[in-house]
Amino acid sequence: MIWLNQLVQGLMLGGYYALLACGLSFMFGVMRIINLAHGSLAVLSAYLLFLLADRYDIHPLLGLVAVVPAMALLGWVLHRLVLERSARAGALLPLLSTFGLATVLDNSMFQVFGADTRSLAPYIDSLSYDSWTLPGGVIVGQLSVLTFVVALALLGGLHLMLARTSLGRRIRAAAHDADTAQLVGVNARSVYAASTAIALTTVAIAGAFLAMRATFDPYTGPQQLIFAFEAVVIGGAGSLWGTLIGGIVLGVAQSLGAQVHSQGFLIAGHTTFLVVLLAREYATGSFRRWLRTLRLRAATP
Amino acid sequence: MSLLKIEALEARHGLLTAVQGISLDIEQGETVALVGANGAGKTTLLRTLAGVHPVAAGRIVFDGQDVSAVPANFRAAAGLALVPEGRKLFSNMTVEENLLVALSAKRAGPWNLATVLEAFPQLKPKLKAAAGTLSGGQQQATAIGRALMTNPRVLLLDEVSLGLSPLAVQGVYDSLRSLMGKGTPQSTTVVLVEQDLQRTFAVADRIVCMLEGKVVASGRSDEMTRDQVMAYYFGHRTPAAPGTSTK
Repeated sequence: MIWLNQLVQGLMLGGYYALLACGLSFMFGVMRIINLAHGSLAVLSAYLLFLLADRYDIHPLLGLVAVVPAMALLGWVLHRLVLERSARAGALLPLLSTFGLATVLDNSMFQVFGADTRSLAPYIDSLSYDSWTLPGGVIVGQLSVLTFVVALALLGGLHLMLARTSLGRRIRAAAHDADTAQLVGVNARSVYAASTAIALTTVAIAGAFLAMRATFDPYTGPQQLIFAFEAVVIGGAGSLWGTLIGGIVLGVAQSLGAQVHSQGFLIAGHTTFLVVLLAREYATGSFRRWLRTLRLRAATP
Repeated sequence: MSLLKIEALEARHGLLTAVQGISLDIEQGETVALVGANGAGKTTLLRTLAGVHPVAAGRIVFDGQDVSAVPANFRAAAGLALVPEGRKLFSNMTVEENLLVALSAKRAGPWNLATVLEAFPQLKPKLKAAAGTLSGGQQQATAIGRALMTNPRVLLLDEVSLGLSPLAVQGVYDSLRSLMGKGTPQSTTVVLVEQDLQRTFAVADRIVCMLEGKVVASGRSDEMTRDQVMAYYFGHRTPAAPGTSTK
């Protein structure tokens, strides 16, 4: 029964990882940009919600009404000022520029908010600890279920937007081939800026759930980025539903790992990530090619 | 006044100047064929006109406006549409989505989903199929239909017969024939690159021969012979035919 319980907890945790990772996956799928500031931006959203809750007594979920548009606007500006310019110079520069952005964000938040650990849990009443008991004695937290449902709704909404709307068609066309999309009237610049705004909308929501379910400080971002990155890679970069599966696989692995050993939470997650990555590389042949190159180098006098 | 005026246009691929000082005037309703061997600069010229390749020097004036520095999507919105070499469909999108995405150009005109399907009836049963699963002829029809959905005033066609069976080529040209109204003011202006000289002579009002990035001859198709064009094609210059000009 303990294992079943851990499995269910892992599934719920996977919902959070999927929520956290979907913006990262979306940006990579559309623009081939890996946003290394993703985790820090989620923490920024958490701080904004914390400010609203602490100073104006606004419930964090209600605070999203203000924070989501603000983060979307930030996404638009971020694309126009940083990502668009750096993406012109190849794949490496966006990595460097978003890494720099993460450093600036982390240290700016440290400067403004200090090193104190914060949480939004005190501002959501009993939602942070209320739970349901399922048949068999498995206990699930209401916040965990809400996180999972929001993740499903967000991924489903993004999927529907991409599949059914004019903006979605333009995003998919620009993601496939920006030059050709422009030939048929798609403004790729605007589409990319809109995509970054959408990604940061999801980041804002993920930041809210990060802060409601756990504690955060100015340097929480990079760790969250690693979990999001692992979920994206496990599920297949750029695939929205793959991100959900990746999040669940990571969450379940961590949860089961924690049951095996007190240090097993992180080790099991990272190990699963590496095993999936290597298995995929092996399946596509690139790992075998790399091994062959190593053998050839070793054999060459 | 010409609908499309190209003035001393240059375009480069790195250190190579692929288009070298080309000047052309294209009138409303005219069908102009660009002829030349591989590497003559035909595709680069079309891509530069459409805005997906930068202008290194010179000007492109479309309907009285200098569009040399205007991005491709705004040129499409102004009425310049390119059917690129190799079709370049959005292969993971359906045929219908490929056509509808071209509504982004937001140009009013006679072309919409219904009229495109009327012109290319072979696409009707394939509307919900992924574009990447179509035959070559169906893909080419989708690519042309997608360009038509922008309601272009000038249609740039780059090797629409490349890689297609003779039957598929015939089907594509049958559908295009209604566009190429032989110089009537109502017809769409077409600039096409085509390797099949027989077909070029059949559809074009004017033939422009290119060699190593330059225009080496141009003239009305009914005043040039196939042998003359072949000579320019391979760089063996012959005396100009009546009504042709060489540069």
